Amino acid sequence: MSGPNTDYDPVEVNAVQPEEVEAARDAALAAIAAAGDLEELKQVRIDHAGDRSPLALANREIGALPPHGRKEAGQRIGQARGAVNQALAARQSELEAEAETRMLVEETVDVTLPTDRTPAGARHPITTGSELIADIFVAMGWEVAEGPAIEAEWLNFDALNLGPDHPARTMQDTFWTEPEDHGLVLRTHTSPVQARTMLSRTPPIYVVCPGRVFRTDEYDATHSPVFHQVEGLAVDEGITMAHLKGTLDHFAAQMFGEGITTRFRPSYFPFTEPSAEVDLVCFVCRGAGVLDGATCRTCKGEGWIEWGGCGMVNPRVLRACGVDPERYTGFAFGMGIDRTLMFRHGIEDLRELFEGDVRFTTAFGSELG
Amino acid sequence: MKAPVSWIREYVDLPADLTTEQLAARLTALGLKLEAIEKPGDQIRGPLVVGRVLTMEAEPQKNGKTINWCTVDVGDANGTGEPQGIVCGAHNFEPGDLVVVILPGGVLPGDFEIIARKTYGHLSAGMICSARELGLGEDHDGIIVLPSDAGEPGEDARDVLGLREEVIEFEINPDRAYALSLRGIAREAALGFDAPFSDPAERQVPAPNGEGHPVVIDDPAGCPVFVARTVSGFDPAAPTPEWMVQRLAQCGQRSISLAVDVTNYVMLELGRPIHGYDADKLSGPIRVRRATEGERLTTLDGADRALSPEDLVVTDDSGIIGLGGVMGGETTEMSETTTRVLVEAAHWDAVSMFRTGKRHKLTSEAGKRNERGVDPAITEAAADRVVELLVTHGGGVAEPGVTVVGGTPPRDPIALPASLPARVTGMDIPDDVTVRHLTAVGCAVDASSAPLSVVPPTWRPDLTDPYDLVEEVARVVGYDRVPSVLPREAAGRGLTRTQRLRRRIGHALAGAGCVEVVSFPFVGDAAFDRLGLPAEDARRHTVRLANPLSSEEPSYTTTLLPGLLEAAARNLGRGAPGVALFETGAVAFPVDRGPTPIFGVDWRPSADELAKMLDTIPEQPLHLAVVLAGERERAGWWGTGREAGWADAVALVRRLADELSVELEVRSAAYAPWHPGRCAALFVDGTALGHAGELHPQVCRAVGVPARTAALEIDLDVLMARAPEVVTGPRFSTYPVAKEDVALVVTESVTSAELEAALREGAGELLESVRLFDVYTGAQVGEGRKSLAFALRFRAPDRTLTETETGAARDAAVALAAERCGAVQR
Repeated sequence: MSGPNTDYDPVEVNAVQPEEVEAARDAALAAIAAAGDLEELKQVRIDHAGDRSPLALANREIGALPPHGRKEAGQRIGQARGAVNQALAARQSELEAEAETRMLVEETVDVTLPTDRTPAGARHPITTGSELIADIFVAMGWEVAEGPAIEAEWLNFDALNLGPDHPARTMQDTFWTEPEDHGLVLRTHTSPVQARTMLSRTPPIYVVCPGRVFRTDEYDATHSPVFHQVEGLAVDEGITMAHLKGTLDHFAAQMFGEGITTRFRPSYFPFTEPSAEVDLVCFVCRGAGVLDGATCRTCKGEGWIEWGGCGMVNPRVLRACGVDPERYTGFAFGMGIDRTLMFRHGIEDLRELFEGDVRFTTAFGSELG
Repeated sequence: MKAPVSWIREYVDLPADLTTEQLAARLTALGLKLEAIEKPGDQIRGPLVVGRVLTMEAEPQKNGKTINWCTVDVGDANGTGEPQGIVCGAHNFEPGDLVVVILPGGVLPGDFEIIARKTYGHLSAGMICSARELGLGEDHDGIIVLPSDAGEPGEDARDVLGLREEVIEFEINPDRAYALSLRGIAREAALGFDAPFSDPAERQVPAPNGEGHPVVIDDPAGCPVFVARTVSGFDPAAPTPEWMVQRLAQCGQRSISLAVDVTNYVMLELGRPIHGYDADKLSGPIRVRRATEGERLTTLDGADRALSPEDLVVTDDSGIIGLGGVMGGETTEMSETTTRVLVEAAHWDAVSMFRTGKRHKLTSEAGKRNERGVDPAITEAAADRVVELLVTHGGGVAEPGVTVVGGTPPRDPIALPASLPARVTGMDIPDDVTVRHLTAVGCAVDASSAPLSVVPPTWRPDLTDPYDLVEEVARVVGYDRVPSVLPREAAGRGLTRTQRLRRRIGHALAGAGCVEVVSFPFVGDAAFDRLGLPAEDARRHTVRLANPLSSEEPSYTTTLLPGLLEAAARNLGRGAPGVALFETGAVAFPVDRGPTPIFGVDWRPSADELAKMLDTIPEQPLHLAVVLAGERERAGWWGTGREAGWADAVALVRRLADELSVELEVRSAAYAPWHPGRCAALFVDGTALGHAGELHPQVCRAVGVPARTAALEIDLDVLMARAPEVVTGPRFSTYPVAKEDVALVVTESVTSAELEAALREGAGELLESVRLFDVYTGAQVGEGRKSLAFALRFRAPDRTLTETETGAARDAAVALAAERCGAVQR
């Protein structure tokens, strides 16, 4: 702050004349209003509110006024400067908002441009399908058991009541490893996992076993030497075929939708007795066999789809695996995962699952809904 | 097994209005699964009649063919009664023959419409048909010539040809061998409809006497019953009656000669395979025994076979004349001159049959029945039925001699608790229902005892224990009656930790843009060669398959890379600009610990025995492999794309290690199939995890993927085992961070990891993180040297660090880097 002015300059003192102050204020306000952009406003600020602006200069003169005039002049100039600053601030935010609006317009892009810079990954439907099935059973309190692909003959066959003379043991069906008399096979089903489970723990047992299995089949649209199965095993006191039916009906409904149930037909499997084939109500035509006036392609008009095999665990199997058949009964079932996926997702050629074409796999995403 | 419905109905009195579909559905519900229903006449429409050829004139044509211009009497079927003029290209008939004619307006299979048309200068009004044209088989050697007594001209030929017949094809499960016969199928139909059954095997047979061909059984366990009958004066040229030819055809069998056809017919009728010998070629008594080592036999198919001591053989004074129950020998084979036939109906041990068939790779309709089990009680009836048919149609006489050696082995009763069917099936099955259904199935049930004492019928060798009987009761009650009830809620433990980790790994990879592949785990030397694996590489020591599908890929794989690279090349070949593929799967390494033990099945093997067995199984670690080929990031409006490189592969492993909270150590390595200068060996806790980097350019060329394709393969078991079960929540300071950058010059051979480790250790506890942010090589640092710039961040848990403190820590870090790595600060 400058000290009191004792050297009065009549010209400059003139500047604090009320009309001069008003004029300066009005000029400032007019200039502010006229500023078209922030750049112009910046100049206006220098011209009308800067150190060399008329109002600043006038303000500096207050000290030179006689004491009686200072108060009034101070008030007048202060008000004028206040009005100017307020107008500046208002115009500043007005112009900023305008500038931002303009910038937003200028920055507009075509948001429909492709954004696939890093292509998406995916998990294989056999993996996600196996997990989907596993989760259905885990939700019922079951557990997921696994075992090796190369398996001991006893576990793959003998323990499952497939005796040494069972036709399934011939070279026609089974891959044997060298030397052949060492008795190691590529498991022909996931059933050895059931045997392993019974051998390693005591009932109650509720396990589901998804996995890769092998048969010496030719490779075509519906057969593969390498395919995937899921089997289930329940061993407990009082287990009956009714529980087997209930479990498979629940599985079917979870996998294919409410109202999709199963039916049993008598069949033969060495590891179960009684044994049954499981058919599934065709979930496409919902059992009608007809869809939009034409024969349903999924079930070929039968209304049912062959889904797998099942039965009550043969007491011989229980005995070989150390489970007392007098006390416990059990049921087991098995179906092809690949086949299940094929009809659930309308896949027409099994080989698509194993070709590794990313266009196939990415269509399924990373979880199977 | 194909079964003509009229044949089934011969033995069971089914409701007249029962449709074939209803019959098939009921039998399916009982366990004989419907495969298909054939209605051969369904595709033929319009007038198909019997015609008699009146005249035929051979007319050679310019095109070299000769056609026959025929007039055929078709009775009134053409509306005029006048002979029908028809051009026919076949020559296997003559005037007077009965033939099958389709008249204009008729339609043959394949929607082939018949019209009167001008051809070869005649108006041909219809067609004389061959079997193939009627859809009755592949026989197109000529037209069908009907037996002279087949019918009258003008009659509908459908009846004559059996075209109204409907045939059901069943899939017969291996335990139901009895249903490989019309007798068995009819019995099931009787069971299914509660209809009266007349057993075709129930017949008066002549009593055995000592005058028949002598037979000795040395091995009654292998051959419990042997029946021999002889027909003499048989006319080997006698034709097979048309009805029999038709039925055989309906069952899928070709007519060969009367003698062969009769044995096949009786096999289909009763399920008992029969063998016929030329009786005049037999010398001395027939003897059944096991072969001895070194013996040989030339069987009917001309194969000279070395026999095993397990094979059951039929011999006479000349030596071995047949493989019992499997195939006869050449020396006693029936021929077109055979006039004396010895009929053998014998019961053979099923297991021996199976083994012999397997050993000699012989499969036949007879073998299929013998190895699954035939009714031993109908041996005499079957032989008698064959004799009857041979005599009736072959003009011979049955010789009075009847040889029967042995008899039906007795069956032990099965003890069945009456409550077992209900206990197992969950259906409400009262005791009397169990008794009734088992009786209906053919069992003899002693209901007065508890448990029930049940003797299965002779045709059911498959029924051996109580659960087999439960299935019989259940299928008669009906599987559709089984209620649907959920078992009790089990207190499950959810997914195992490894199962959850595997899902996390899959999701992390998919999140990083990788697509999962499932390929076959088979591999061969060629794939290893393409990968450039050295001869002594452990991955070349594989578990080999004894019977691989392809000799090119005879092993279970030791690495997932071949399959993934193949899939990558396939995708690129199909136009993908780049792929990131991953696969998780077990690989196998042989353990070579000798044969795996085989235990009994009557009790659980001991823990020691099980451990010994598991020890023989190859090691099968779970691997993960990734292949990154071509564009990793695409080009687009945003600019250029980016090709995958070594760093992408290493980054993925780091990402997985982070995901599983495992500390990963990266070292440089030279390892096939990677580029020797761009391969990272990966370790966790000092244990080898695997490798990642860029593939060797030779490998890229060999497998057909672009240069610089990157790949990784790691052992997931190793990685997952190191993942902490519970992650401890991190503690971090909120005081301001102090940053220090240092640029260190080292020789080329020093890795960034080594330098970073030295900095980390030297900086001490105040160090929060180290991050390499620049690598420089060039004139300013000199030949063979490089400059690595690191950003160090320091922070204390309890205070703001002073410049002096951070400076000191930085200097300590640089000092240790200098000492360890020869680093000089720039």
